[in-house]
Formats: sequence, structure tokens, C-alpha cells
Amino acid sequence: MSEQHHTPEELATEATQLWETWGPLHMAGDLKNKDRRQIPQQEMPAQDPMVRCTNQQEVALGYTAEQARVEALRCLNCPNAPCISGCPVSIDIPRFVMQAAAGEFQESIDTIKESSLLPAICGRVCPQEAQCMLKCTVGKAARDPMKSVAIGRIERYVADLEREAGAVKTPEVAPDTGFKVGVIGSGPAGLTAAADLRKAGHQVEIFEAFHKPGGVMIYGIPEFRLPKQIVQEEISGLEAMGVKIHTNFLIGRTRTIEDLLEKDGFDALFIGSGAGLPRFMNIPGENLVGVFSANEYLTRSNLMKAYDREHVDTPIYNSREVAVLGGGNVAMDAARMALRIGAEKVHVVYRRTRTEMPARVEEVDHAEEEGIEFHFLSNPVEILGDEEGKVRAIRCQRYELGEPDDSGRRRPMPIEDDYFEMEVDTVIPALGNVSNPLIRQTTDNLDTNKWGNITVDEENRTSIPRVYAGGDIVLGAATVILAMGEGRRAAAAITEDLTAGRWS
Amino acid sequence: MNRIVDKQQLSDDVFRITFEAPYIAEARKAGQFIILQLDENFGERIPLTIADADEGAGTVTVIFQAVGKTTIRLSEHEVGDSIANVLGPLGTPTHLENFGTAVCVGGGIGVAPMHPIVQALKRAGNKVITIMGARNKDLLILEDEMKRWSDETIVCTDDGSYGRKDLVTVPLKELCEAGVPDIVFGIGPPIMMKFVAETTRPFGVKTMVSLNTIMVDGTGMCGGCRVTVGDETKFVCVDGPEFDGHLVDFDNMMARQKAYKKQESIARDSCRANSAAEAAQAAAAGKDRA
Ligand SMILES: Cc1cc2nc3c(=O)[nH]c(=O)nc-3n(C[C@H](O)[C@H](O)[C@H](O)COP(=O)(O)OP(=O)(O)OC[C@H]3O[C@@H](n4cnc5c(N)ncnc54)[C@H](O)[C@@H]3O)c2cc1C
Ligand code: FES
Repeated sequence: MSEQHHTPEELATEATQLWETWGPLHMAGDLKNKDRRQIPQQEMPAQDPMVRCTNQQEVALGYTAEQARVEALRCLNCPNAPCISGCPVSIDIPRFVMQAAAGEFQESIDTIKESSLLPAICGRVCPQEAQCMLKCTVGKAARDPMKSVAIGRIERYVADLEREAGAVKTPEVAPDTGFKVGVIGSGPAGLTAAADLRKAGHQVEIFEAFHKPGGVMIYGIPEFRLPKQIVQEEISGLEAMGVKIHTNFLIGRTRTIEDLLEKDGFDALFIGSGAGLPRFMNIPGENLVGVFSANEYLTRSNLMKAYDREHVDTPIYNSREVAVLGGGNVAMDAARMALRIGAEKVHVVYRRTRTEMPARVEEVDHAEEEGIEFHFLSNPVEILGDEEGKVRAIRCQRYELGEPDDSGRRRPMPIEDDYFEMEVDTVIPALGNVSNPLIRQTTDNLDTNKWGNITVDEENRTSIPRVYAGGDIVLGAATVILAMGEGRRAAAAITEDLTAGRWS
Repeated sequence: MNRIVDKQQLSDDVFRITFEAPYIAEARKAGQFIILQLDENFGERIPLTIADADEGAGTVTVIFQAVGKTTIRLSEHEVGDSIANVLGPLGTPTHLENFGTAVCVGGGIGVAPMHPIVQALKRAGNKVITIMGARNKDLLILEDEMKRWSDETIVCTDDGSYGRKDLVTVPLKELCEAGVPDIVFGIGPPIMMKFVAETTRPFGVKTMVSLNTIMVDGTGMCGGCRVTVGDETKFVCVDGPEFDGHLVDFDNMMARQKAYKKQESIARDSCRANSAAEAAQAAAAGKDRA
């Protein structure tokens, strides 16, 4: 992928010229679809790969106004708007993109906010190529969703513009309903539910196990991909609305669901506790010194800021050569973090091929530009240790793609007796997460499925009256936008049920 | 929140701190612990076992040895100061029943986490024999408290400066040979727990140990605390901290505990140096005033 790196200045100049060519035509209503198709996709300005792999600052720097407008010009404004059906929260994409093209940035962000609560975050972390961009006509014509209108980048631009101008308004809160609702977990599901519940006029209290709110957006996704300041602003916004946040509060231990309902007077509860239990491979050597779950590695570096060795007490392992196991966002984040912590060489070992990697394509590209080495069709079978019990190497089996199965996917099949060893001192399994069992184990009558996810009805009600759930704890490890959508839906149901007296 | 209401120095570097934490005081059970952090932005999160709690007063007591950066800094906190972040109670409580005769072996600072377990065992109707050990007399903690709750107490010191001049495993072995214990609890340095388990193994006496591994979240989210127990990987913070000592892979656990040793000793040294420098400055300032 990594063509030559273009500086932000080069990209800005190019966009200015493009705007001079096409902008006036568009504004006059004379820009034809044929013209629009000629406009090149605006590349996201980024820090130089050689520089950024030594710092924690955000990699993608964001569009300029011209870049955002030129990119928006590529939208064909299709009458049937297929992109909207690709968006988990049905943002009116053509409308906000057209508003951006016209330079009506405030109107544009207002359009997005009708449907999405966290646009600055989603613009950065949504897997757009698997959602809106997958459905975009422009990308379809090019047979590559990455060539679609860069919807997320435009979203990010208009969201940042409002944010950076300090123009984000605290939403209005309806008159007090007299109801009190508890929200467990402060990830995107919990934050969204809390915002909507508070807007509806309920008293809202969030309970968060960690010492800082934000969920995966704070402890998992690194600063270089999602600046913590943005998440922090969302949380401050909630507090300004009057939401009370109790950190260091573990539901199931500090207090149970039953306590909250019976002793503490909550009228309803929303559980958004996420999928916080790291999966391991269960291969020999997984407990050697130098093996860290991606959750641990990322929590140490993000939440605990272990990269700042000079000021921070939390240590992080001194690695020279690292193998990260997996192909999702979690794996990309861990690999790129290891590089930034100071590893000389970072490998990603993945059982399938690049096309099957669940990570956002942009992250895979960025990782590659930064010098991370990918080993596809390889599956770790054993981690080897030295006499001190420390990781010395990893042994992998080679795979090949077999015949297509019923779904048309070619399954990776192990090649017999084809093994190789890689010398590494650190191994980071990044195989995704399953739901944390704590609430399930400490709450009677809470139904879960065979993966331990809480089961809910179509309006996110659990098997316990007055208790709702949403986000990763229901979906299994999913996405920020889906968690947000679930939080919204549950909040709407809670308000409706409380007002209608369903539980009284 | 978390305001310190009492502080005692129990020995050279062992401290007892009691602080306000009403929810934890109400919910905690024997065998559980907390995680604390002294500075929201720069501090590390460390686990400490709950040594005692007073539900009425809403307070929790921890006993710790000032050996690492955070514990040294905690020992410098005074009554009235607050601990920035405290999470708890964490871990699965001790499984309690009337086993018959329970022998509780506490080594060094491990006597502190043993204290609530001894209390709970006694309340559950067990005959409790406590073996407590320390390197020397000055390092022995909670002797009176343990005696109060135990039917019998055997004190050992390595140098013989008090009680028997023996390792704790010696009286333990004698008791096992006499067929006394129905169950054994061992808490102390990993190496001691390993030998407690080895001592009881030939006698087939069930032996529970309480592990204190490196932790980050304490909620089962990171797996940093994991240990090998039998053929399984367990998370100490949620599945433990107590496990069957005959199944724990102590060597692996000890190796994992040393993962950050070099970095930690640098941090501790710089912390000690800072404290020393501050003390020197304070002393100098005092002199100026005089
Ligand atoms: C490294 C990483 C990278 C990712 N990258 C992306 C990406 O690029 N794009 C994307 O869309 N998605 C990404 N995801 C997935 C996304 O972050 C999650 O799907 C989303 O955060 C789920 O939101 P949630 O609100 O359900 O839970 P979470 O964000 O997990 O938040 C749950 C919160 O609840 C707290 N909690 C848990 N149990 C309790 C309890 N018992 N009591 C109190 N509090 C509790 C937790 O501490 C946590 O703060 C990534 C995930 C990881 C781990
Ligand atoms: S401390 Fe993180 S899982 Fe136990």
C-alpha cells in the first residue's frame, strides 16, 4: 500500500487547486456526475511514518476545509442513498456530505448529531469500509469500498471543527421526571445511554470499575488513533448535563445489581459492561514471562501511560522483538504500540490472509507503513521459553487456503509438518475479548447465551424487570457505533417503560 | 473519599492504615482485597489484602510493607490524607465451612491477610491453630490479634530471637505427622507458600494458598495476574486469590512476578532517594528556623 508519504502541505495545496476547479461549478449547480467521478479521493494527511512510530500523537491529522469540501464533491447524492443503509445508526449521509460540500459545516454536524452522539470518535474509529463506504455507489463502481467517498473523514472534519471551536452545546435536559436510572460501564454504550436518559429528565448515575471513565475508548484504543482529550470532552459534557459518575465502582463486588435496585432506589438499570475478558490461545507456553494479553499491554500503555517512563510508575516490558497474534483492531493497536514503546521489530501473525483481517483497512495500511511485518497463513502452536521462564521464540504452523466452503469463503487449512520458529522475546495474543462473567455470576436470573453475553429483547430488556443491557456485553466484541446504537435504543425503551408505568 | 483515619507503624517497614470506604467495608468478606492508586495520572495500581474492616464505622484496614514505590509513598500518607483511588472488594471470598481443625500458616507480612481468615474460620466453628513466622522478633506483626482468635498459636523466628527458632514448615510438619489438620491455609512470600504446599502434600491435607501476583485492573480484564493451576490458567483477581496450593505452579508464578524487577528497583531507588532528599531538606529547613 505504502506509496510515498505526502506531506499535509502537499495535500492541502492539491485540494485548494481542485476546489478552484470544481468548487464554483458545484456551487452553481453545474457539476455533473461525470465530473464528480474524476475527482480523486482526498488522502488523509498523516504524520510521517518514520516520525510517528516514535510518538503517541495522533497519526491521522484530519482534512483541511478544502479537502473536506473536495471529498464531499465526490458524492453523487444518489436518490436511494445506499450509504444510509450501511450506517448502523442511519445517519443521513448524503445530506451531511452535501452540507459539507457547500461549506455549511455547522449544518453538516447538526445533521450527523440527529443520529449519532459521538461523531468525532466514530469518524475516527468506525470500520467505514465495512459499513457506509461498502454501500457507496462510487466505491461500487470502482469495485473497492476504500475508493468510496471518504464519509468518515468528512464526518471527522465537521465534528472536529465544532469541537475545536468550543462550539459544542450542552444538550438541554427535560424537566425532572423523578426517576433515577443507573448505568453500569462508561464505554460508548453507557455514555450514550446516560446522555439520552439525562436528556429525558431522569436522574442518571454511572458506575465505572476503572478510575477513569470511557471504557475501551480510554483503556484500549491508543492515543495515536483516538486522542483521549476527545473522549474526555464527551464525559465532561455529560457531567455538565448533571450525570453523576462513580469511578472505582465494580458492580457485582462493590455493590450488586440487586443492591442498586433494592437498597439504592434505582428505578431502572442499563448494563453496558463491555466484553472485557481477554481470550488466550491455550497453547503451551502462554504463561511464560513476556506473554501479555493485548488488553494488558494496551491498558498499561494507554490508561496507565506506561510509555511515559520518566513520570509514570506503571512499568511496561522492555521488548526487542515482538509477535502479536491476531488480525483485528486490537492486534493492530498492540503491534503499533509495541513499536512506539521501543521494540526494534514487530511481527503480526495471522491465520488467514490480509483480505480476511477484521481490522480497519486504514490501520493495517498504517501498520505496514510503520514497518510492522505481517505473517499470513501462520498459526502459533507453541511459545518457547528459556531456562529463566522467559519467552525465547514462537513456533508456528503454516496454513494454506482450502476449497471454498458453503459460504464461499476459503478456509485456512494447516499444512502438515510445515512449521517455523520466530525468535521473539515478547508475545501479545490479541485474539479478541469475550464478556466478563462478573455481573452474570453475581446476579440471579440474568439470562445469558452460551458465550456469556446477556440476552435481551428487541428493546434491550434483559430477563430481569427494570434491567436493560447493550453494547459488547450483548453483542460480543463489536464496534463503538453499534454499542452507541444499543445505548440509544435501551435509553428510549427505559424512558418509555418508566413513563408508561410498565414496572410499577 | 478514602480518607485515612488511623495509621500505625507495626515494625521497621510495616504499616497499618485504616481509611473510610463504606461500600467496601459493607461488602467485603474474608480473603478479599482492594486495588489502590495514589495518583490518578502517574500512579500504578497495586493490590492489598483487606486485613480488617469495620462496617459500622465504614472503614477498611490494610497492612503493608513499604518495599515498592507505591507502598513507600503510601507509608508517607498521614491521618487526614486521602487515597486517590480505591477499588474493591475484589476476588472470590475464602470458602468457609467447619472443616474441623484448620492450621493457618502466616509468614512475614502474610500474617495480615491471614487475620480475617482466622477470624472467619473461628466464627465458622473451626478449631484454629495458627503458625506465624518472621525473620526476627521485630518483624513479627499482629501477634495479639492472632492469639485472640486462635485456639493455639505457634510463633517462629528464623534467628530464634522470639518463639521457636524454626521455619514455619517445621511445626506444620509436626502437626501433619500427628494427623492434626483437616485443612491448611498458607499466606506469605511465594517461596514459603510453595514449601507449605510441599510439606502437606505427602499427607494429602488440603492446602489453600493466597496469591499476590502483579495486577492492573483487578477485574478480570487484562490477564496480567494469571497463574497456572493444575492444567488450567486462572486469573488471581477473580478466580482467586485463594487456590489449591498443591496445584499452583509456583515457579512460573515467581518468574512472572519478577517480570518488571529491574524497572521496579530503579523506580524504588529513585523514590527512596527522593524521600531521603526531602527529609534532608526538611531537616535543613528545620535547622534554619532554629
Ligand atoms: C484495542 C481495541 C481496539 C478497538 N478498535 C475499534 C475500532 O477501531 N473501531 C470500533 O468501532 N471498535 C473498536 N473496538 C471495539 C469497541 O471499542 C467496542 O466494541 C466498544 O467499546 C464497546 O462499547 P461498550 O460500551 O459496550 O463497552 P466498553 O467500551 O468495553 O466499556 C465497558 C466499561 O464498563 C466497565 N465495566 C465492566 N464491568 C463493570 C462492572 N461490573 N462494574 C462497573 N463497570 C464495569 C469497564 O471498565 C468499561 O469501562 C476496539 C476494541 C479494542 C479492545
Ligand atoms: S489483574 Fe487484570 S485480570 Fe487480574
